[in-house]
Amino acid sequence: MAPFDPVSAAIGGALIGLAATLLMLLTGRIAGISGILGDLVDLASGDRLWRVAFLAGVIAAPLVLAAGGHKLSAPAMPGWIIVIAAGLLVGFGTRLGSGCTSGHGICGIARFSPRSIVATATFVAVAMIVVAITRHAI
Amino acid sequence: MRILSAFLCGLIFGLGLVISGMTDTTRVIGFLDVLVIRKGAWDPTLVIVMATALAVSMPGFVLARRRARPLLADAAAWPTRKDIDRPLLAGAAMFGIGWGLVGLCPGPAITNLATASPTVIQFVAAMIAGMLAHDFWRRGTAWRRSEAAIAADG
Repeated sequence: MAPFDPVSAAIGGALIGLAATLLMLLTGRIAGISGILGDLVDLASGDRLWRVAFLAGVIAAPLVLAAGGHKLSAPAMPGWIIVIAAGLLVGFGTRLGSGCTSGHGICGIARFSPRSIVATATFVAVAMIVVAITRHAI
Repeated sequence: MRILSAFLCGLIFGLGLVISGMTDTTRVIGFLDVLVIRKGAWDPTLVIVMATALAVSMPGFVLARRRARPLLADAAAWPTRKDIDRPLLAGAAMFGIGWGLVGLCPGPAITNLATASPTVIQFVAAMIAGMLAHDFWRRGTAWRRSEAAIAADG
């Protein structure tokens, strides 16, 4: 595991907060990735172009850093059955629960939304329990 | 301008995810693995990322709220719901299970598409399928409910 790097964590976190603030100040939208992606793929929704642009920026970021010499490495992933099951749960769950780490965790808590505070506490606690089981009980 | 702004905001967001280490699944799982705190092997990165992101977005959102309208749109789409309902809790729990299993939430999953990793592509495809399945199911139940309402009325 890479050593804990609080300076990078703080710079990166500040950039995430800045992006959420700018998106709201400029376009009046919440920077929630599951909401943006979900509404993009939902056939019933309109106003797609800004969503495509935002997600293109999110994907472009590591390529920009790679052009500047930053190492681009694929993350460690479990086997495909777990990957598919987890992807389905994340997709369905974030739509049912109206948000993910960005929409609830950053944007929602930043506006002191009780729903987002409860949702964030729930998904962090559940994920911790899952890791406790997969890493220590199995 | 609005589209360019959205792209640049996405870019800054993605840069933040990569620089902070949140695209690294071992780091995220290292944070979620609270049982190793006593051993000193816990990774507090996500706490720092959340805290600094909120330190910027909290005053930023206060500023945005004070403005009558966004700079490039007619109105801001602030969420309005306040109720804690079952879908919120069930959805957050489902998301938590998936997040704990892989260590990817939607933002870092999208960012990691840049690595062209086949398993990341699988994850994102499954995630989109899950989102579509939810929308399909929701519309189905909404339709049945309206049918039941019609039946009850007539």
